[in-house]
Amino acid sequence: MYTNHKLIAFETIVIKEVRRFMRIWSQTMLPPVITISLYFVIFGNLVGSRIGEMGGYRYMEFIVPGLIMMAVIQNSYSNVVSSFFSQKFQRSVEELLVAPIPNYVILSGFVVGGMARGLCVGFIVTLVSLFFADLPLYSLSITVGVVLFTSLVFSLGGFINAVFANNFDDVSIIPTFVLTPLIYLGGVFYSIELLPPFWQLVSRLNPIFYMVNTFRYGILGTSDIDVAWAFAMLVLFAALLFGACIWLLRRGTGIRS
Amino acid sequence: MTIAISVSKLEKVYASGVAALKGVSLEIEQGDFFALLGPNGAGKSTFIGILSTLVRRTGGDVRIFGRDVDTHLYQTKLDLGVVPQEINFSQFEKVADIVMTQAGYYGLPRKLAVHRAEKYLKQLGLWEKRDTRSRLLSGGMKRRMMIARALVHEPRLLILDEPTAGVDIELRRSMWDFLLDINSSGTTIVLTTHYLEEAEQLCRNIAIIDEGNIIENTSMKKLLLELDVHAYILDTEHDLDADLEHKEPGLVLRKVDSHSIEAVVSGGRDINSAIAVLDRLGIRILSMRNKANRLEQLFLSRLRESGNGSG
Repeated sequence: MYTNHKLIAFETIVIKEVRRFMRIWSQTMLPPVITISLYFVIFGNLVGSRIGEMGGYRYMEFIVPGLIMMAVIQNSYSNVVSSFFSQKFQRSVEELLVAPIPNYVILSGFVVGGMARGLCVGFIVTLVSLFFADLPLYSLSITVGVVLFTSLVFSLGGFINAVFANNFDDVSIIPTFVLTPLIYLGGVFYSIELLPPFWQLVSRLNPIFYMVNTFRYGILGTSDIDVAWAFAMLVLFAALLFGACIWLLRRGTGIRS
Repeated sequence: MTIAISVSKLEKVYASGVAALKGVSLEIEQGDFFALLGPNGAGKSTFIGILSTLVRRTGGDVRIFGRDVDTHLYQTKLDLGVVPQEINFSQFEKVADIVMTQAGYYGLPRKLAVHRAEKYLKQLGLWEKRDTRSRLLSGGMKRRMMIARALVHEPRLLILDEPTAGVDIELRRSMWDFLLDINSSGTTIVLTTHYLEEAEQLCRNIAIIDEGNIIENTSMKKLLLELDVHAYILDTEHDLDADLEHKEPGLVLRKVDSHSIEAVVSGGRDINSAIAVLDRLGIRILSMRNKANRLEQLFLSRLRESGNGSG
């Protein structure tokens, strides 16, 4: 396939994905913004004022980076899983599969669509957070880098979920029973220094812990972990997941009989 | 003559163990309007699925316009347009967006995509519906939109899997005219249908598939010539006698109701002999039609011979 054809196909998939989540903005954009705003009000403002400081910052300032990251993770993941699965369900994925588009272009299109939604919601949540806390922005490059890689990793994860999903229950099982607990236990609301040594060790096995902490480091300049190590993990996760997605597409798992 | 589709010893065994195709070999010439007929579950959709790469074959070779589909996947996909049996587009998108998106998947620049979308939506009578959400279209409109979508990259080979299923007769005939136009402009068309009249009207060559095997592959003309028994219904001007029945070698006439007669002509005789007999009896004929579609008779007879017919 000629390069410009691939670019047009890629652009078409991305535009279709963005158009989809913008068309149903009341389902895709609004709920996470309202939910995260409630976290700001209840945990950050009301409860947080009783907690005092965490990691050397006001509790509100401490949880804002984690909550922004939660929005990015959940929306990147759910955009790809719901979009690709609904295309499987309606069989409109066949439009893509009969067309002369390489698998990596198909995957990239869906992933960029998922990242677009994750980043849009993350951006809106960040704007809302400015009403509640000052964000010093310690390092722009680390902040942007980690948020991009995180949305990439979870978009790829959503794609794998969609490939294996056979019904709508399969689309919600992983976000509800895996993703949400990992986010909540990933140091969004607390510093792992508060935990006993054993649970600190367990927390370090949670990949989201590294993402949240690196993002927090980018904004506040404080972290429980080595940022370079966290970036290396993110790149490794992204590469492994990308490879797995391409392998599944090549095999036709869940999409070709 | 260039061969548009060449399949050799094509096999498909699904994970469930069902053998849908058992070594199908078939060639379809460029420019042909080809009918692939068969009862439900015969293997037609599997065959089309393999051509369109939605189904992975378990054996055999497939060539599209002389190119192996495995080694020339990009070009063979570019040459192919597929209209599937099931509705397979997003129900929430607008008609024009669906066609434009498909154009984008094939790498068409936006300006060309807009032109093609307009051209085919207009030709298929859907231009006024271009901003309508696809779920709001009627069944016939959905089928036509899938044809427009399959044609937007102007493939050399168009595969239609029961394109007129559930479409009313008037619309079906206008779709036939459109498809004949497309075919006369050089597009090779492969059609599967349960309306045998449709295949008879449109197609020059035919294959009948049954239980994963090709049991007939010939020209429509040759196949219809093989039919040596023709049954007609003749409508008469006046009431018929209660006991009207006439038998002679190669001709049987019997009363169907007060104003119609069935004439069964065989053994090389033609309908003129039936009309001559009726004329002698003083029965005036107002109109005449085939009792059953001719291709249908042959189709059922072939299935019976292969052991799958109901008769």
